[in-house]
Amino acid sequence: MITGALRQTGQLFALAAEVARAIFRRPFQFREFIEQFWFIASVTILPAALVSIPFGAVIALQVGSLTQQLGAQSFTGGASVLAVVQQASPLIVALLIAGAAGSAICADLGSRTIREELDAMEIMGVSAVQRLVVPRVLATMGVAVLLNGLVSAVGILGGYVFNVFLQDGTPGAYLSSFSALAQLPDLYISELKALIFGFIAGIVAAYRGLNPRGGPKGVGDAVNQSVVITFLLLFFVNMVMTGVYLQIVPPKGG
Amino acid sequence: MGIEVVVEGLTKSFGKQRIWRDVSLTLPAGEVSVMLGPSGTGKTVFLKSLIGLLKPERGRVLVDGVDMVNSPERDIYETRKKFGLMFQDGALFGSMSLFDNIAFPLREHTRKKESEIRRIVMERIEVVGLLGAEGKLPGEISGGMRKRAGLARALVLDPQIILCDEPDSGLDPVRTAFLSQLLIDLNAQIDATMLIVTHNLDIAATVPDNMGMLYRRELVTFGPREVLLTSEEPVVAQFLAGRREGPIGMSEEKDAATLAAEAAAPRPQADGPRAIVPQLEPSPGLPPRRAVARRRERVLGMLDRLPPAARTAIQRTYATGGTPGVPGAPGTAGTAAATLPLPATGSGT
Repeated sequence: MITGALRQTGQLFALAAEVARAIFRRPFQFREFIEQFWFIASVTILPAALVSIPFGAVIALQVGSLTQQLGAQSFTGGASVLAVVQQASPLIVALLIAGAAGSAICADLGSRTIREELDAMEIMGVSAVQRLVVPRVLATMGVAVLLNGLVSAVGILGGYVFNVFLQDGTPGAYLSSFSALAQLPDLYISELKALIFGFIAGIVAAYRGLNPRGGPKGVGDAVNQSVVITFLLLFFVNMVMTGVYLQIVPPKGG
Repeated sequence: MGIEVVVEGLTKSFGKQRIWRDVSLTLPAGEVSVMLGPSGTGKTVFLKSLIGLLKPERGRVLVDGVDMVNSPERDIYETRKKFGLMFQDGALFGSMSLFDNIAFPLREHTRKKESEIRRIVMERIEVVGLLGAEGKLPGEISGGMRKRAGLARALVLDPQIILCDEPDSGLDPVRTAFLSQLLIDLNAQIDATMLIVTHNLDIAATVPDNMGMLYRRELVTFGPREVLLTSEEPVVAQFLAGRREGPIGMSEEKDAATLAAEAAAPRPQADGPRAIVPQLEPSPGLPPRRAVARRRERVLGMLDRLPPAARTAIQRTYATGGTPGVPGAPGTAGTAAATLPLPATGSGT
């Protein structure tokens, strides 16, 4: 039981290392990369935008209500922006990438595996990792980074609208507290998180897709597991990265 | 010319389940070999081990100096380009048309122009008789067509070693016969080393130069076709005759009680003497198989070490239908009998 879990973990890391190495090996599968990038972007952009508006609003409302009770309304903008940029945005991106893109990747690779397509590819001297997995992982990473920017912007906008129109905040206070508290490293860590989340989501999906257990039902199970495993990993990694970031980057206001 | 494949002491298990152990054989360069075996004896696993897709625990598979089991991945990938493998159900890429499927190895491994790729692919499509279907997706055609498309894809890089996994499964007898002829014609044209894994007796009787059989987690025997066709080994005899009486049972092997009961019962000796059917010749117009001359030399050289029945059969084959040029093989010169009657194999110990 424990050795089984350890073996799976080891194989996951081995795949991650193999992908990292294969990224720099020629020839790069440009066409596959573009196709996957386009596919992942097309299934995630709209849901991401739609999720981020209410999410930004909720944070704005919650933070607004708290700061009101503490008598610090003027800082609502800064607080909610930091929450959106550093936490909400990468996590929304992660959920969508894992849920929409990861499941699609896992199902695709899984069904190809059980149809022996990947074996056939390996036999023709084409590495499935290099030909299929690398473009997919790179595409999830790329889309995650870009999507993170979109979600941040839409989330901040949503928070602004709710704060200004529903909570009678002033636009000036929102923006000035924003620039008083937020700093550039906040954006860097946000994008770095998105990049790493994209990598993890891609690797886990590919790993489960390459190793389904038995027939079609195995593929279904693999998709299910890949999404759950990705979520668990992402939230854990997010916690670690947030902890490290708060330790090494001094807050602007302090 | 094909490449020799040397297998030494190969042993493979899945977990606790031993598939086969200590398999050693040599696929002679350019010759056609058949690996027989009842269902579930690890024939497909054997094929996949040859190309390094599965890793046996022990042993080596030497192809052109590369060990497909233990060499670095890079060398194995490089060597795999010399292989063509025809999967049991074709293993085509479901998202690509037949044309793109067959063109895939060319596009991955060569820098040929699209027009040239088209020419080669259409040529192969014609060879396997799929003209007109090249635009279809694998999901839209029958199993037999998928198989032939898989063969076309395996052939497109002019492989020096061709492996076929049950080329007959899902095909009717006529198509199987055509496929057998196709394989022999191919061998005549490109002189590739071929290994066919099957349990089809017609293919086994007419196609190969060499034959082997996997049974009960071991390689029973491997050698010139005459050795297996005249073998008195109970397992081989039962399998080649397709009888129920013998050591092979429905699940795996029979238990001692059933075997004893069988031995006590009167044996229905209906199958009479087994005959060695002559091997298929390439279609008219094609060059003769270069492997034939090489094999003749090799087999005659090892004649002393073969069992007597096989020796007689080989001598007769070469004395009657043998290629001209090599002076009369020693031994009985049978008359121009195409089919050689042989003593019935005993139920033997």
